[in-house]
Amino acid sequence: MFKLVKRLTSVVAMFAVLFTFTTETMAAKKSKTLKNTQKKGFVRCGVSQGLPGFSNADAAGNWTGVDVDVCRAVAAAVLGDASKVKFTPLSAKERFTALTSNEIDILSRNTTWTLSRDADIGLTFVGVNFYDGQGFMVRKNSGISSVNDFKAGVSACTNLGTTTELNMRDFFNSKGIKYEPVTFEKADEVVAAYDAGRCDTYTTDKSGLAAQRIKLSNPDDHMVLPETISKEPLGPVVRQGDSVWEDIVRWSLNTMIEAEEYGVTSANADSMKTSDNPAVKRLVGAEGELGAALGLDNEWSLRIIKQVGNYGESYKRNIADTGILPDRGPNQLWTKGGILYVPPAR
Amino acid sequence: MNFKKILPQLLTLVVVILVFGFFSYNAQVNMENRGITFGYGFLSQESSFDVQFSLIEYDGSHSYFRAYLVGLLNTILVSVIGIVFATIIGVIVGIARLSSNYLIERTAAIYVEFFRNIPLLLQIFFWYFAALRALPLPEKAEPIFGVFFLTIKGFFVPAFVWNNLDIFIYSVIAAIVAIVFVRLYAKKKQENQGIQTPVLSISIGLLIILPLLSFLLGGVDATVEIPVIEQLSQTSFTYKGGLKLPPELISLALALSLYTATFIAECVRAGVQGVSKGQKEAAASIGLTPNQVLKLVVMPQALRIIIPPTTNQYLNLTKNSSLAAAIAYPDLVLVFAGTALMQTGRAIEIVSITMLTYLTLSITISIFMNWYNKKIAIKEK
Repeated sequence: MFKLVKRLTSVVAMFAVLFTFTTETMAAKKSKTLKNTQKKGFVRCGVSQGLPGFSNADAAGNWTGVDVDVCRAVAAAVLGDASKVKFTPLSAKERFTALTSNEIDILSRNTTWTLSRDADIGLTFVGVNFYDGQGFMVRKNSGISSVNDFKAGVSACTNLGTTTELNMRDFFNSKGIKYEPVTFEKADEVVAAYDAGRCDTYTTDKSGLAAQRIKLSNPDDHMVLPETISKEPLGPVVRQGDSVWEDIVRWSLNTMIEAEEYGVTSANADSMKTSDNPAVKRLVGAEGELGAALGLDNEWSLRIIKQVGNYGESYKRNIADTGILPDRGPNQLWTKGGILYVPPAR
Repeated sequence: MNFKKILPQLLTLVVVILVFGFFSYNAQVNMENRGITFGYGFLSQESSFDVQFSLIEYDGSHSYFRAYLVGLLNTILVSVIGIVFATIIGVIVGIARLSSNYLIERTAAIYVEFFRNIPLLLQIFFWYFAALRALPLPEKAEPIFGVFFLTIKGFFVPAFVWNNLDIFIYSVIAAIVAIVFVRLYAKKKQENQGIQTPVLSISIGLLIILPLLSFLLGGVDATVEIPVIEQLSQTSFTYKGGLKLPPELISLALALSLYTATFIAECVRAGVQGVSKGQKEAAASIGLTPNQVLKLVVMPQALRIIIPPTTNQYLNLTKNSSLAAAIAYPDLVLVFAGTALMQTGRAIEIVSITMLTYLTLSITISIFMNWYNKKIAIKEK
């Protein structure tokens, strides 16, 4: 009997590890996340383990990228200082659990917005900061110039636990091609295996392909096929159930995009306070009481633009100037032929 | 009734129930707050992802439960391969460490010290990426015996294509049952009349004749399918037909067996050295040959020392196989606790199932090994 109890205890101890949620009750009135963030003095942000252009740490541990800039914008809005962010690198597998179990407050990790993720597992997507699509990379000398050239038996390397795995199946099934999926947990292993010749093609979001191509031993021997087989709207995610925090993150991102639309940059933001355009004045906090609606002061959006810059500046700094994707493609403003279109801040 | 004796146990039980209740209640409240639902219904939903290597028929149109089975079988497969090879290498190296030949003894010692002191994950990466670097591309592979092809995309071996496979399997089962009866009969005969029966040759004969009959009379038919090279694009090739063992399986099994073999080798060495010298000398003095000394005197006593720690190594190997996720071998952790968890978002359900599965696997192995240990233990009267 005692032996059984001892065994039971060890089983329970194992389960205890599983259920290490912190006890907390629902935020009754104000946003609990906002309160906690202001108390701690930093924004807790989940990012990738290293995807150039989106979230990547340099040798000194400084994070840069368009995903990183979303978190910096929130820090500038809420805490007044864009550098007050604590970054947590997460694998694709860990990311949602880290968010729902309260380890981080924003997940800004090139995450695709889908119905099941939004509705089913306690998450809320707040917007899109990069419109992406899945593509294929192949060796230039393979003679494959289109996705229609793939033949049955093709082996495809990719990341574990992403929408990529599902799209790949849909795509090859629709073509009636039997394929071999080789899925790794980390992007570095995918690159190494593809580089060694384990796979005929490497498939993931096109931005990812462009960023990872630089890591191959001979980047010039490889190319990304022109076709895009899926829609991958990537954007920041927050926990479900804190609508104030959700609004803050959403409008921090929207502010960056709208600032570009009105030509407000980090350099000229202060001088825009005296602009003739009321929309611009609202954007830099010189008119209206928009900050109060979010539980913030009225300079919140001005700080975002001054400290982080508008979306165009962020894109140029992180993605275009680094040679990853110089062409903005769909990630151009709606006024310039792209699909970036945000609701007005008023 | 001794109340004093029962009380501490009752208290422990109450504490256990309270702790467990607290955690489940806590998890429930938190999940409710975050809008997460709990349930195992997802297991019957369509999984809609594919797996590169499966022992049973599977594709994305099957259920998550089927994906779980695929992962489980792959875990069992690599564990069984690992255990078999680790045991073989371990026994050889363990005995080599006891050799009086200096070179052999040193080589074995260096092997053990080298492999057991490097973290397993590093070894897995080493073998995988070393294999990927060293193995030829499919079109450059030299055939082994004309039919085996070891390439970067996998080890392609000929496969049998069967007709009426079930009849063949029945014939093999029948042969095994017959052999058991022959052995029982032979043992009885020896005990009663002292006459030895040539059990071995009868067994081999049965194993050949019955399956052969199934071919001649039962309509069983097997043809060999040899892998044939196929072009996918101007520069990439693969093999069609036959059976494919992915390089991930090969390097994982290699890393697991080389690593675990070092520990088994030490168990074997300890076991053999644990048998006192006087036993061997006594056995030799009554005229047993060195082989007989090993088989009849040393091994039966050494095994009693070897089995319990070796059981631990088998358990370790099975659990270590979960490192497969690092190199894309679709084991339980990669398929179920990886992809399936990601696609459904049901972390608690899936992690609890995965943990229970490993627990069951480990307990099954230890129950078997405990049974074997009891069987070979000295039966004291």
